[in-house]
Amino acid sequence: MLKIINLTCGYGTKIVLYDISFNINRGEFLGIIGPNGSGKTTLLRALSRAIAPMRGEILIEGKNIRTAPSKELAKDIAVVSQNPPLNHMSVEEFILLGRIPHYQGFQFFETKKDLEIAERSMDLTGIFKLKSQPLSQISGGERQLVLIARALAQEPRVLLLDEPTAHLDIAHQVGILDLIKRLNKEFGLTVIIVLHDLNLASEYCQELLLINKGRIHKMGRPDEVLDYQTIEEVYKTIVVVEKNPLSSKPYILLVSGEERQKRGKEA
Amino acid sequence: MNKKLVNKVFWVLMLGGILLCVAIFSLAVGPAGIPVKKIIPILLEGKGTVEYNILFDIRLPRIILGFAIGGALSLAGIILQGMFRNPLVEPYTLGISGGAALGVSLNIIFGLYKIGILTLPFFGFLGAAAVIMLVYFLNMRKGIVKLQGLLLNGVMISFISSSLIMLIMSLSRSEDLHGIVFWIMGSLEEPDWAIIKVTVSAAIALLVISYLFCLDLNAFSLGEEEALHLGVPIERTKRLLFIIASLLTGFSVSVAGMIGFVGLVVPHFVRMFVGSDHRISLIAAFLAGGAFLIFCDTLARTIIAPLELPVGVITGILGGSLFVYALTRREIH
Repeated sequence: MLKIINLTCGYGTKIVLYDISFNINRGEFLGIIGPNGSGKTTLLRALSRAIAPMRGEILIEGKNIRTAPSKELAKDIAVVSQNPPLNHMSVEEFILLGRIPHYQGFQFFETKKDLEIAERSMDLTGIFKLKSQPLSQISGGERQLVLIARALAQEPRVLLLDEPTAHLDIAHQVGILDLIKRLNKEFGLTVIIVLHDLNLASEYCQELLLINKGRIHKMGRPDEVLDYQTIEEVYKTIVVVEKNPLSSKPYILLVSGEERQKRGKEA
Repeated sequence: MNKKLVNKVFWVLMLGGILLCVAIFSLAVGPAGIPVKKIIPILLEGKGTVEYNILFDIRLPRIILGFAIGGALSLAGIILQGMFRNPLVEPYTLGISGGAALGVSLNIIFGLYKIGILTLPFFGFLGAAAVIMLVYFLNMRKGIVKLQGLLLNGVMISFISSSLIMLIMSLSRSEDLHGIVFWIMGSLEEPDWAIIKVTVSAAIALLVISYLFCLDLNAFSLGEEEALHLGVPIERTKRLLFIIASLLTGFSVSVAGMIGFVGLVVPHFVRMFVGSDHRISLIAAFLAGGAFLIFCDTLARTIIAPLELPVGVITGILGGSLFVYALTRREIH
């Protein structure tokens, strides 16, 4: 579905990602993890065409995303960015913007079909009741759902998300990721998600891509990537990796400095 | 949703109605007062009467020109504000009017207008075009237009042009000075029907063209990167919208001089009442801008009749005070 070949990119003359290559299959649920400044968001922005590769290329079903028409790509890839500026629109108007790539030439107003699709994506994300509320008056958790609903209105095959759970409480974190998982399972949506929280990444993602200093450090299933040696090497932090008793996925426990000192003396 | 559409159509119809009322009011008001109910009989009588000449050769051209130029400036304003996502941008912030004024001042001081009066708008247009090119190429980096830089450069070029105009004015003879001053303050006095026809057709043509970008402008309201995610080819769109706004301003300034505030105030009020959906606000801004300028021009030529005030002064005072009023009222709420 997606092929990233020798991708090198960055901002201006500063290179952020070096020689990244990997493939993503249809229907996959890929998590991108790594320390701050490792290039996670840059990779996502390269996939969403916001920055151009310096070298290498990105292909979606064989089409190079630099040369394919933007309107066609917007039907394939939808993006949920971290903090897009919002304006005074209502939730429904905002979600209908997601239909723009599907408008015919000289079509200026949404058809019945567009309205139905917008409604369906509001239903799926459970925000139908917010339909006519202004964007400025909804909470942080609802805001994420609205952004996802707009992405769904694009009817994409690939969904890119940049830390959709940042600044949310645990109920909303689980709610958002459950929703994304459901979209992935039921509709075969390919999901590429940047996550900071290693435990959420371990719990939900089928594959993990660990980036460190702009290079791929490791790629594989959560239990292959998340062992304590790898995490300590990349994050330079002491951790304990256990298994989640219910899902038996790796679970990362942090160790405080005080605790480290105590243990150090005992040893 | 149907209700929303009805609401939109209602606003367009209402603004159209206001425009028509202002136009009829403007037709009836003047030193030679012609009551509204007499307008139709005069029209039926046809050519020859004094009233007919006043209506058709003096007042109507100004109304039509006011419609075209008010609409064009306001449309340029709403396009630029939508593109920059900054409500303080207006056609003049980009330095386009400064360039046009400089062109016209040069024409006057070198006496080129003696060759033909049409050289004045032509020079205005050359000046506007020169600034557009300058601002545009100063902000091209590897084929990408940087919007923030565009604005700063525009403001600076505006300052440089107005300083150069002052330099020209300080060096010029008094009879030239009057011409420059009057032109800078803006006027809808335009005796040549051909110019009026060209202006109206250009304004309406550019309205139609810019309407093709209404959805792109809606996407732009979420920022450039989000617009890109929604499949808007942002570089091409920015370039074309910038050219459209420049053309609108360039021909307006070259025909009518500097008429400030229309491009700033009218779009602001349109967004306040009609909302920020460009599918409707582009048309609404054009109609409202036309009505506003016709109204200001009517005031300009009647307040101290038979003398005439520069219309730019009226738009500045009226528009500015309305703007301040709207802003303070909004803060209270």
